[in-house]
Amino acid sequence: MGRFVVPLALFAAWWAATASGAVKSYQLASPRDVLREIADLAQSGLLWRDLGASIERVALGFAIALLLALVLGSVVGGSRIAERALDPTLQAIRSVPSLAWVPLILLWLGIGETAKITLVAIGAFFPIYVSLVSGIRGVDRKLVEVGTIFGLSRTALIARVLVPATLPQLLVGARIGLTQAWLFLVAAELLAATNGLGFLLTDGQQTSRTDEILVAILLFALCGKLSESGMRWLEKRLVGWTDTVPV
Amino acid sequence: MTALRSPGGDNAARIRGLRKAFGTHLVFDGLDLDVARGERVAILGASGCGKSTLLRCVAGLERSDAGTIATTGEIGVVFQEPRLFPWLDVERNVAFPARSDAERSRVHNVLALVGLAHAAQRLPKQLSGGMAQRAALARALVRDPALLLLDEPFAALDALRRIELRAAVREILEFTRASAVLVTHDVDDALALADRVLVLAGTPAEIVFHGVVGEDATRAAILDALGVADVRRAPGPRSVRHGASYTT
Repeated sequence: MGRFVVPLALFAAWWAATASGAVKSYQLASPRDVLREIADLAQSGLLWRDLGASIERVALGFAIALLLALVLGSVVGGSRIAERALDPTLQAIRSVPSLAWVPLILLWLGIGETAKITLVAIGAFFPIYVSLVSGIRGVDRKLVEVGTIFGLSRTALIARVLVPATLPQLLVGARIGLTQAWLFLVAAELLAATNGLGFLLTDGQQTSRTDEILVAILLFALCGKLSESGMRWLEKRLVGWTDTVPV
Repeated sequence: MTALRSPGGDNAARIRGLRKAFGTHLVFDGLDLDVARGERVAILGASGCGKSTLLRCVAGLERSDAGTIATTGEIGVVFQEPRLFPWLDVERNVAFPARSDAERSRVHNVLALVGLAHAAQRLPKQLSGGMAQRAALARALVRDPALLLLDEPFAALDALRRIELRAAVREILEFTRASAVLVTHDVDDALALADRVLVLAGTPAEIVFHGVVGEDATRAAILDALGVADVRRAPGPRSVRHGASYTT
């Protein structure tokens, strides 16, 4: 129950501030306005259009990032030569702030879906990649030796020892990557979009509709929280065997 | 040149002219050792004398620089740490090396043999140190090895678990009739489990003591060999203190 205390208190403060007139509606919409706006958006179908568009971009961008990170992370984690060749470049790219990519991506890919999905993929890629590489590097040599003693082939060693040993780190990376994907989505949609939750934000700003802005923020919070919880559930299911303090 | 591997004939293991160096540090230079079928040999020596390296060479985890290592049949290895796969329960850990239905059908037998039948579904994180080491022992037995290599298998256990597991290993060795090479720094382990005791010392390491348990490999003789070995390794006041630790 403890987890609901702070959200409920915040909600109460929000309600009190707007109902008493201390905060004007053009600065902060009341809970009632926001609920009505959600109902309106749902009825007109715009809610599902924007929510759907954002979820689709995150899902696609994340899937691409996951795939690329699996390939590059395995190569770099599995070979010192590949690490020397690729890792410094990737680390340099990683240290570029996310928004710095936007002009280039817009020039190259225009303002269409590809640009947004690319930006989401860039954001999600690095946490997964970094976690996977450190996961592979961190595999207990002693467990690998057990596989060697039993004469496991290279393929069997990868499938039966390295993959399961790396999975916990990979899942942590994927969880952080998914959070990053939502972060980068906002950046992408704020700049150029005709739908999506980020579009709802800019639209609300341009029309001075704080209720619309708040709906978008609430939906972002909800989506972020749900994807985080989903990933944690997956971690618990798949790597519950880890002997560490749950975070 | 790496050591040739060929059937060991009447021996479970036959080592000839083993040479192994780590960089400029020569661990062995022409070591010979035979382990007869069904024989249990304990190798004692101070830390870093090369006894674990010898075991790792026999297990195929280290490449020797020269010489031959010939073994007959399957080899099972138990390390100082259990080295269980944390994502597999006890039963699946023990079944890990099984390649055939015949070997898979042994899983329950070896689990019962080490006294872990009741814990088959537990994950390694749910095991005590002694239980984890029993599971590791069961895993080493699943392929019915002709030779069991035990690298300080009791070192991480408290005194009571140590005695318990030692008794269990003794029973298992008698039951399976497997040959065994036990690497340890504990004279009691050696006397309790081995038919024959060797003491390794020097750089490169040589066998400085060789005796049969119940005959010339008495506690006093082994301790003496270990003490002498220590003085030889590093003369000076420090080695006297170090050597004294064996008498405690």
